Amino acid sequence: MKAVEVKELTKRYGTLEAVKGISLSVEKGEIFGLLGPNGAGKTTTINILCTLQKATSGEAWVNGFPVARQRDEVRRSIGLVFQDPSLDDYLTAYENMSFHAWCYGVPGGVRRERIRMLLEMVQLWERRNDQVKTFSGGMKRRLEIARGLLHYPAVLFLDEPTLGLDPQTRRRIWEYIMELREQEGLTIVMTTHYMDEAEPCHRIAVIDEGRIVALDSPEGLKRRLGGDVVILETDDNQGVALELERRYSLAAELRDGSLRFTVDRGSQFIPELMRSLGQGIRSINLRRPTLDDVFLSLTGHDIRDEKPDSRAEIRAHFRQRGGPRR
Amino acid sequence: MMEMLRAIYIIWYRELLRFVRERSRMFSALAMPLLFLVIFGAGFKNLVGNLAGGVDFVTFMYPGIVAMSVLMTAFMSGMSIVWDREFGFLREVLVAPIPRMGVALGKTLGGATVAMLQGCLLLFLAPVVGVALTPIKVALLLPMLLVVALAIASLGVLIASRMRSMQAFQFLMTLVFFPMTFLSGVFFPVTNLPPWLMLVVRVNPVTYGVDAIRQLFLQGMTLPAVNPSLGINPTLGALGASPGKDAPYALAVTLFGHPMTMLQDMGVVALFGAVVLSLAVWSFNRQD
Ligand SMILES: Nc1ncnc2c1ncn2[C@@H]1O[C@H](COP(=O)(O)OP(=O)(O)O)[C@@H](O)[C@H]1O
Ligand SMILES: [Mg+2]
Repeated sequence: MKAVEVKELTKRYGTLEAVKGISLSVEKGEIFGLLGPNGAGKTTTINILCTLQKATSGEAWVNGFPVARQRDEVRRSIGLVFQDPSLDDYLTAYENMSFHAWCYGVPGGVRRERIRMLLEMVQLWERRNDQVKTFSGGMKRRLEIARGLLHYPAVLFLDEPTLGLDPQTRRRIWEYIMELREQEGLTIVMTTHYMDEAEPCHRIAVIDEGRIVALDSPEGLKRRLGGDVVILETDDNQGVALELERRYSLAAELRDGSLRFTVDRGSQFIPELMRSLGQGIRSINLRRPTLDDVFLSLTGHDIRDEKPDSRAEIRAHFRQRGGPRR
Repeated sequence: MMEMLRAIYIIWYRELLRFVRERSRMFSALAMPLLFLVIFGAGFKNLVGNLAGGVDFVTFMYPGIVAMSVLMTAFMSGMSIVWDREFGFLREVLVAPIPRMGVALGKTLGGATVAMLQGCLLLFLAPVVGVALTPIKVALLLPMLLVVALAIASLGVLIASRMRSMQAFQFLMTLVFFPMTFLSGVFFPVTNLPPWLMLVVRVNPVTYGVDAIRQLFLQGMTLPAVNPSLGINPTLGALGASPGKDAPYALAVTLFGHPMTMLQDMGVVALFGAVVLSLAVWSFNRQD
């Protein structure tokens, strides 16, 4: 049995088709990433998998249960960290945990132990009796992660778990997630639009405009690019691009005033390049491909070319910093 | 069934916790009615003097103020689903393996409980405004307040389950809640009103709740009095109330010329509450 199985899933909002036929499966114990820009349909997909929204067509199973028909079984099988905060700010950290434990029927005997263990793990035990509204964005996120694990879920869904957090906090949160996975043998399905955040995944589905454009391990994805990424700045970009095409059959792409292409064994190619085209070159940058490069080559646009949807991120950011309260 | 009870209990319990935590909400729900009591009471007392049946205006207003406090707290608590949605907590609830019906019922019960507590706090003012409370009166009052609170909390839940934005909230307060409250006889006797307003007053279920509460409070304090302008169904056109010695209470609301007894009043509120609560549960169940 797969941890998650999705077949031809679609979701329509009026005339907008947010998810256009996604199929994938996630193995038990896997860390699976959905990587894509804002508005790609990641949250919509997660919401369907966790029974918060109904699919327009297609089917999905989580932990062996069909999400459309056995909602409660699915709900009991999953832990969730939503994209936007979902804590009760007026309750304390401990009360938020207790509320969750009650909702999921965690038996009284283990409840206290479990809450204590998780709060200690995310280093919030000392603050357990403080109201959540006094917490920073990072602390709230940690609390949400602890809460998502409280009822021993089989699959943990993390929707942009580190959105709006500073790099240190992001790293810390990833450490917790990894530690927890080791301990509990969890399956993790996460979404992100930070490329570096997707690196620890076993497999990544690159998703753009509601479609999966590639599905592979991070290494596999990078291998597809074929070699290393070279970025050239020259006096005459047009001319150099033509030369590259003619002499080496390399398709260079002009972006932000520089040429970018991928080539096998880049370190040996550069001396050769200097010999043939040396005069006009102002700078050369050679590097291993990143997932950013992969995304760019798969979709033809940068993952950070934000759609108007980045509004959602600003809002999330604002809230985590403790925006207006009633 | 156990699941249902568990859901009701958790949601109810959270509602109480929040009430204790959110002091500002508690204070505003207390301060507003008090302010009204002081300002209107002092202002109108000189203007109006004693009402029909020799009731002092402040004495008249006080039960209305208790009712208003309960109404407001109950309505706001039911409506707090909108905040839960806005600040994300609702998703935590909706994705939990608990029946939605239990969530809606728990929210209603929680809102009603909180409203009752709020109302009870105001009861300590009774001696100050010259209303004599006996244990029997209080014992009768509590279930009354509960029925009213449940009905209005349900209304809050029903509206909130369909509401997606905070902007709509202000709009609803202004266009639904305040008219409902003010046109229920909270601040002034619903007599001597133009016919069309009288009609609104009679259609408004809150009127009956307020009427029942006031009847209870003022029981034994009023003399049966003649008040021909009171409670005549304009379409019937008759001065049919024929208030007289048998009129249970001189300021009572009448329906088709019949002065409502407390029990009948409560019947109307209970019926309204039952309908709205069913709608609220149904509506909450259907949302995504
Ligand atoms: N409730 C909704 N109603 C209408 N459109 C929506 C709704 N939720 C999301 N969308 C749209 O669906 C698309 C996918 O959104 P989403 O799944 O949130 O993307 P992501 O999580 O990848 O940023 C976006 O264009 C978004 O504007
Ligand atoms: Mg998203």
